Amino acid sequence: MANPYELIVVGGGPAGLAAACQAWEKGLRRILILERDSELGGILNQCIHSGFGLQRFREELTGPEYAGRFIEMLADTGVETSLDTMVLQIVPGEKGALHQVHAVSARDGYRVLETRAVVLAMGCRERTRGAISIPGERPSGIFTAGAAQRYLNIEGYMVGRRVVILGSGDIGLIMARRMTLEGAKVLACVELMPYSGGLMRNIVQCLEDFDIPLYLSHTITDIKGHNRVEQVTVSKVGPDRRPIPDTEMVFDCDTVLLSVGLIPENELTRAAGARMDRRTNGAMVYENMETSIPGIFACGNVVHVHDLVDYVSAESERAGAAAAAYVQGQRAEENARTVELKNGDGVSYTVPQTVRADAAGRTVEVFFRVNRVTGPAAIAVRDADGNSLTGFRRAHLAPGEMEHILLPGDLVRGASGPVTIAIEEDKGGAAQ
Amino acid sequence: MKELVCIVCPRGCRLQVDEQNGYAVTGNSCPRGAEYGKNELQHPTRVLTTTVRVTGGVHCRLPVKTSTAIPKDLLFDAMKVADAVCVAAPVQPGQVIVENLLGTGADLIAGRGIEMA
Amino acid sequence: MYDVIIIGGGVIGAAVARRLARCPLKVAVLEAQNDVANGTTKANSAIIHAGYDPEPGTLMARLNVEGNRMMGPLCEELDVPFRRTGSLVLAFGADQQPRLEELYRRGTANGVPGLRLLSGAEARELEPNLSQEVTGALLAPSAGIVDPWGLALALLENAVTNGVELFRRCPVTAVKADGENFVLTTPRGDFAARHVVNAAGVDADKVRALLESPDYTVRPNRGEYYLLDKTEGNQVSRVIFQCPGPEGKGVLVAPTVHGNLLVGPNAEAVEDRRDLGNTADALDFVRRRALQSVPGLNLRQNIRNFSGIRANTDRGDFAIETSKAHPHWLDLAGICSPGLSSAPAIADYAARLLAEQGLPLEEKPDFRPRRQAVPRFRELNAEQRAELIQKDPRFGRVICRCETVTEGEIVAALHSPVPACSINGIKRRCNAGMGRCQGGFCGPRVQEIIARELGVPMTDVLMDQDGTWVLACETKTGKEEG
Repeated sequence: MANPYELIVVGGGPAGLAAACQAWEKGLRRILILERDSELGGILNQCIHSGFGLQRFREELTGPEYAGRFIEMLADTGVETSLDTMVLQIVPGEKGALHQVHAVSARDGYRVLETRAVVLAMGCRERTRGAISIPGERPSGIFTAGAAQRYLNIEGYMVGRRVVILGSGDIGLIMARRMTLEGAKVLACVELMPYSGGLMRNIVQCLEDFDIPLYLSHTITDIKGHNRVEQVTVSKVGPDRRPIPDTEMVFDCDTVLLSVGLIPENELTRAAGARMDRRTNGAMVYENMETSIPGIFACGNVVHVHDLVDYVSAESERAGAAAAAYVQGQRAEENARTVELKNGDGVSYTVPQTVRADAAGRTVEVFFRVNRVTGPAAIAVRDADGNSLTGFRRAHLAPGEMEHILLPGDLVRGASGPVTIAIEEDKGGAAQ
Repeated sequence: MKELVCIVCPRGCRLQVDEQNGYAVTGNSCPRGAEYGKNELQHPTRVLTTTVRVTGGVHCRLPVKTSTAIPKDLLFDAMKVADAVCVAAPVQPGQVIVENLLGTGADLIAGRGIEMA
Repeated sequence: MYDVIIIGGGVIGAAVARRLARCPLKVAVLEAQNDVANGTTKANSAIIHAGYDPEPGTLMARLNVEGNRMMGPLCEELDVPFRRTGSLVLAFGADQQPRLEELYRRGTANGVPGLRLLSGAEARELEPNLSQEVTGALLAPSAGIVDPWGLALALLENAVTNGVELFRRCPVTAVKADGENFVLTTPRGDFAARHVVNAAGVDADKVRALLESPDYTVRPNRGEYYLLDKTEGNQVSRVIFQCPGPEGKGVLVAPTVHGNLLVGPNAEAVEDRRDLGNTADALDFVRRRALQSVPGLNLRQNIRNFSGIRANTDRGDFAIETSKAHPHWLDLAGICSPGLSSAPAIADYAARLLAEQGLPLEEKPDFRPRRQAVPRFRELNAEQRAELIQKDPRFGRVICRCETVTEGEIVAALHSPVPACSINGIKRRCNAGMGRCQGGFCGPRVQEIIARELGVPMTDVLMDQDGTWVLACETKTGKEEG
């Protein structure tokens, strides 16, 4: 044990692995990953479908294979890992003092670890029935898609035989196919919005391949069953997303899977006092993934929910490199000039939210999501006076797909005020 | 003319495939899309991912995938094969679990390693 | 032959069991379900009312105030989370002001200590998040919040430790009077008893009907709730009521002993006493009324909706009475609000009524009144945690992330005097799955621990009551699906 550490990474999923590997690459030698599960890889271990790594490795890998690549990389470093270990609290050090990480495990007991830098990589959790207040009874048989995935792929159990899926997020779509292949009947996939929350390819290969109907602009309005789910009622919703009377369809089923969104898991971040962004539910971060607390960085789904793990890895490598630079003495000035990235029309958030103008390198990578489906459109970048700074073309945009652009560093350095990113749809190029 | 969404990568290109014209593909952003469009209308294939039972390991299920795409209409038959397979830990990543699955030429291979418990 | 059989393992049956456990009697509790505290006891407002609401002279008025007074020492003895937070009843506008004064008068007549009428400004001084529209409030310092199922479990654990026998999955299907005594038929055999206490909650009338037809009618009434994340837990520090009005007793906003915020209920007469569903309309009503009291509430932080059934009757008071034809039969029926608050007082009263019918109530010398809860890891400091893990490493394995519940706590709950047998049984005993992810992460792990500790296959582990199966089957059995 190398207490105090140079870097402690909280979470051994794809984000934490990439951050730790990169920090080692950049010269840190006292790095510790704290992982609450009994193995590294995080949620990828249960994502046994393929579709990962096309950007990163130029080949199509399954979740465990993708995780395996990084776990192998890590094995070639001297990064320490502490499995089955839960972090309970992070106490930031004042004015560059060491941060404290309180961790607990059966093997090592209760430990207070000290470190120069922290990378937060706790990932996200699934939204539940409560978060969306689905009416009806409260029988067993209602699962988040990820929980059902764990039962099926890791533990080898089917959660039910006749299934209705609420939400068309990717995990829900993937589970529609998985449960169908394992012999269940998936009766419907029901989506509140007029468009799918998942990738188009998953609509095709997970629903259409198996003739599973997708009901857009529909939602579950009742669940029946005193003990186990027996029946769900699905209704069409209007533009206000309220159910329309007399549009009810009834499905006899024993299982409801929920794929209604992911929430970054930031209890530790909040308790540590980092500034949060209500739009992402993650910490506000600078271009180097540093939070408002100097020396505490965040990356991956704990910052904002990504669509592809490849982007998580890339973002986390930036965080790892930045943490290394921090430990090696390259710290941001306390009063560094910052440029705020504002959300214009059609944009629901950006990451980073703020750029330290003088730290912007050749380019600043900006991730964001749009809040509606569009046809051909421009991603317009404008200064405070509305003057165009640059723009990017897209053939179509959808909330289910994360967008990213590279802003020239000079553009950011030259900005005298906030920079706004907005969607400007081509005239006549309405959605589908 | 047939319209398809390409599933080769997350981009989801909208393809048009001209069945009358040698299955010529437009709308693709890469050569793999053209190949997908051609195949999908004539003999569609998919990579199958599932699990098989494993004994004596830290886990009781092993994720597996076909080494190449197999004909789409064989997916359920392939699942039946996987249902009856049982391997003993330890398993190496990439280890062949079922050779030449259903005569397709594709192997069922381990998606990860599993250590002994 | 039992001296007393108590039908029903809710908080009322539990309180009576624990009261009788003080005496050298042979006592059994018969619970219809697979676990106790699983009816109205688990779905209510979790409030210990001060006692200003019931009409003076009623059983409710007397037992509420008495039960409230007993609650502090009882919860201390049984290691149950209880906080005397105080409560406010809010008035919005001059026309509601007389209602507050009426409640003040009633409360004073009922013997509620410390009541005070406040101005709107004074109320906001105590609770800064209250609406500007609040014009006045009644402060009742003796009101509190409790863990209702925790209280019932603690009472029963202590009763069992002191010799009371508990039979679960033991619904009474027939009753035969045998002279002064009774024979109760259940799937687990016949039970003979000198005295029977009917504490069957919403089904008390049905149980009584096995002997004779009751002269009260149960009118089940459903209330729906939101349970908000701990991020909203500090919106108020007291229980915030509205004036009882024609739409029911009013929607409350209250902290819970677990640190969440509870919002609800509405009141709706229902036919089916098993229908614990939520409806969009009722939730919408609750939401609107709650925002009236605390406009800054963020109901998007909801982690769970639920509903409970009130065992209302046509009496307007608790239906506590011995049968005229069979005086060894005691009904504790119609225990709606303030039933939880009154529970220990109801138990004492029930004991007196039994004594009147000849049940000897001398105290046994070896009664052990104290019950120690399983250590709650999340409430310990760093040093205590370290020490606990050193003693038992299973306390170092966090299973429920949201509530920081360890394997050690779950294992203890599976081997307690009233052991858990389901995933929700674990939740009620140690909070695993109570948090914002609602068991999405820890559910499968809790299930594994249950299967391992009880030596049953995963597919046999239930979510809650019988019929609430979780897993349909194992995969990859090499067999065709039958």
